[in-house]
Amino acid sequence: MLTIRNWPPEGGVISVGSGVFAESMQEQGANVYQVKWQPPAHGKAELIDILDKLDGRSDIDEANQTAIERFSSAQPVLIGIGIAQEAIPGFGGRMLLHAGPPIAWDKMSGPLRGAVIGAILYEGWADSPDKAEELASKGDIEYSPCHEYSAVGPMAGVISPRMPVFILENRTHGNRSYSTLNEGLGKVLRYGAYSEEVLDRLRWMEKTLAPILKKAVELSGGIDLKSMIAQALHMGDEVHNRNRAGTSLLIRALVPYLVEVDHPQADIRKCLEFINSNDHFFLNLSMPAVKAMLEAAHGIHRSSVVTIMARNGTEFGIKVSGLGNQWFTGPAQIVKGLYFPGYSEKDANPDIGDSAITETAGVGGFAMAAAIPIVQFVGGAPEDAVRFSEKMYSITTTENRHFTIPILNFRGTPTGIDIRKVVETGILPQINTGIAHKDPGVGQVGAGLVNPPWECFEKAIIAFGKEYADGN
Amino acid sequence: MFKRLAIKPNNYHDSIVLMRLARTVRNIDRVVEAQVGMATELNKDAVREMGFASQELETATPNDLIVALVAETEDAVGNAEKVVAESLEGPARQHEPGVQKARIYATLSEAAATGGAGIAAISVPGEYAAREAREALANGLHVFLFSDNVSVEDEVALKKSGKEKGLFVMGPDCGTAVIGGLGLGFANKARRGKIGIVAAAGTGLQQVMAIIDRLGEGISEAIGTGGRDLSKEVGGITTFMGLTFLESDPNTRVKVLISKPPHPDVRDSLIRMLDEGTKPAVVCFMGEEIEEARRKRSGKVLFAGDLEKAAILAYQLATGESKESLYSDDELDKMACRVARTVDGGGYFRGLYSGGTLCHETLTILRRMGIDVYSNIAQDRRFLIEDAEESCANTCIDMGEDYFTRGKPHPMLDPGMRVPRYLAEAGSKDVGILLFDVVLGYGCHRDPAGVMADAVREARRIRKDMGQGLAQIAVVVGTAGDPQGLEKQAAVLREAGAEVLFSNRAAGDLAARIIKAQGGTRPCLR
Repeated sequence: MLTIRNWPPEGGVISVGSGVFAESMQEQGANVYQVKWQPPAHGKAELIDILDKLDGRSDIDEANQTAIERFSSAQPVLIGIGIAQEAIPGFGGRMLLHAGPPIAWDKMSGPLRGAVIGAILYEGWADSPDKAEELASKGDIEYSPCHEYSAVGPMAGVISPRMPVFILENRTHGNRSYSTLNEGLGKVLRYGAYSEEVLDRLRWMEKTLAPILKKAVELSGGIDLKSMIAQALHMGDEVHNRNRAGTSLLIRALVPYLVEVDHPQADIRKCLEFINSNDHFFLNLSMPAVKAMLEAAHGIHRSSVVTIMARNGTEFGIKVSGLGNQWFTGPAQIVKGLYFPGYSEKDANPDIGDSAITETAGVGGFAMAAAIPIVQFVGGAPEDAVRFSEKMYSITTTENRHFTIPILNFRGTPTGIDIRKVVETGILPQINTGIAHKDPGVGQVGAGLVNPPWECFEKAIIAFGKEYADGN
Repeated sequence: MFKRLAIKPNNYHDSIVLMRLARTVRNIDRVVEAQVGMATELNKDAVREMGFASQELETATPNDLIVALVAETEDAVGNAEKVVAESLEGPARQHEPGVQKARIYATLSEAAATGGAGIAAISVPGEYAAREAREALANGLHVFLFSDNVSVEDEVALKKSGKEKGLFVMGPDCGTAVIGGLGLGFANKARRGKIGIVAAAGTGLQQVMAIIDRLGEGISEAIGTGGRDLSKEVGGITTFMGLTFLESDPNTRVKVLISKPPHPDVRDSLIRMLDEGTKPAVVCFMGEEIEEARRKRSGKVLFAGDLEKAAILAYQLATGESKESLYSDDELDKMACRVARTVDGGGYFRGLYSGGTLCHETLTILRRMGIDVYSNIAQDRRFLIEDAEESCANTCIDMGEDYFTRGKPHPMLDPGMRVPRYLAEAGSKDVGILLFDVVLGYGCHRDPAGVMADAVREARRIRKDMGQGLAQIAVVVGTAGDPQGLEKQAAVLREAGAEVLFSNRAAGDLAARIIKAQGGTRPCLR
């Protein structure tokens, strides 16, 4: 016996395809749900084939839930400050960590080269920039992505063995993450500057700032960064391009313990001034905080959730939870945005830095709707910010349990990028970022929006298909 | 000559929008040629033919937008670029504070997750259509599948899966449906009433709805099936579901079925089913000889030889009123005599249709009246023209056929695409009668009569210069409720000098009478 359900159909009509028909149905008073359709997977048949095999697979959905559960239950806490080679397991010798996927000296962009030279001078492995460059290019230095050592660094992201680093611990799963301390704006190492002024500041940070903060952090018994990020989102930060609220919250948390630190008052005051003068000080904590959360979600068999997005200024690379240690890379893109006076797109270095870890965790560009104060920075109106965030729900697995967006009715931020959804919809993650000058040491020349290259996701879905398409 | 090629990656737009835009751009002063389309192989070929070549073009995907322009001046190129940019980016950039924009969904599943919809209307390019339809069914939605170029294997799989779930799959290549009073695809605003229709033919369904509406009766549901539903492979899955529904539907008193002749196996079970039903049924198997059909008739099923007849029979059954036809023989005769006088010396008949079923019906009607007609869709190979661009003796062309719509909008959307051909026919001294359709309804062109009225006037001017008369007949398919305004559209055409009829059967009949009044037909000399 043939039963037809819901006929004539109650409710509205989903219109997929021509806007002409959607309009004519609206004209008739129908409730039309318009799908902004585009060919799946950029219209590539071989990718559609893979998607068809991965679609509606409950084993993959379950693996993603497991990954998200681990991410959500992670508790990143700032527990201390240490020296990189002592704090980071396996790191030391003549090794430098850098942002993004692996890269050789001859492929490095201007800011990253500058930062490498600066780090060599800082370590005293060479006594002049020329000699440092010679050393850097000869193969005597071992380069590795920060991410391979559970670390993250903004822009060039260079970490050398003697640099002080924040130490974070995920109190739920026990994994740790690391990041340098933010140097401030202008001529700084992370933009590839290596003048005396830069090196002097790094030395002051090592000798004065780090020890004082270390004591304050220890006295505090650890600072819960997850709830600090959640609060900052309610105060106009998205913790990537705007960190003013986060930095303020951090100062509030530190001050009671800073006054107890046994150090000359002038030094403590200088530390506070240093932090207070740099809105981005908190960036070097928001990044490792979400890194610790994402690392807990990595390595889940069959999970198609992205756990790393990072750029080295030449290439953009991603990692996927269920695909082990493989990087999937493509060319880093030029950031579209607002340039500081006197600069234009032709001064820009391609996208650089590990800071896209924030977007990977559902903040940064994904939480743009929380950061209305900076929408003009990226050339838009508040409703654009809302649109940016809303669009990301189409490519993510879940809504964040802890990070919420007031203007979206406290909806959780779009979290857990699913490579299947990116390839299906062609919607690329929206990254909200600073723009580095292409020459070493000039610094930040603007800020704006950028996407990963499509290739990363195409390569990842092919690898994922090879691994899991047959259902095993 | 100034040439410019721009490729905008990841910038998908619907083909109807782009084809319309390309047409607008081509009409800009001093623009020689323009292509605005997604980088499909077909469109890439067209751009290469314009003399463009680049690595970027080679690697572009169907998700990348190509804008290729050739113009006489640099200014014209600039103007064209501006028009493209404004049309594709304009509205999205406008900020209207306080205006809540409708939410846009990235995928069908995302829209389905709202739980607010019961049906999905799908009009994406054919190669992707089955995938979307599967997604709709998986989400428990009925499917209206406008897209064509879906394989018969996919069609069978979709319809089987739909049937299992109790969901309709209307299509592929389903042009029209009216479900719960809502017109899907190209659909007329028909009065609600007691007549339920299942149709495998888009404009055929529109014609039947339009005449029923004109008679004062209305439609309960009009369910489209797509043109292949009654083939052996598909086995009439959607047709059977539709008729089952109409049988049980309390609002339906009469069932109507419109289709090309079904596969014999399917036909038998279909007629058996209608016979076993409790409600009377009218069947129009377009092109099937009525005598042959009658031999197989039974108590509950009435056979109609044309669309008008199907509407009339349904009307009689639904209301008990008697009505023979929309136009009497007498009326048509008088019209034919009046027109024949203005067309001195005879001349061939040429029909240019936007509706495929209407074209097919005209071929059938003229042949029944003993007139041979050549066509690009003739089923009898003797009358199939080799070159769709070249008419031959009496010819009737379906201008919505693939040959004419490759990379160009369908004449239902762009009736003006027929105008160059129309004027060429008018300029031929062998031609005496021109016939065209004007199809109204939601989704169709906003002013098809206006576009064709210009052509009618121009044709008259051409003939005046030639010192010859010309009969111009327009068949207007629409209802009083259609957004274009039925009477207004008819008046515009009459004013331009066309004979206007509201029944395609009558229009064909009139053409035949004119031909006969002129002394019969002449053979094709090819």
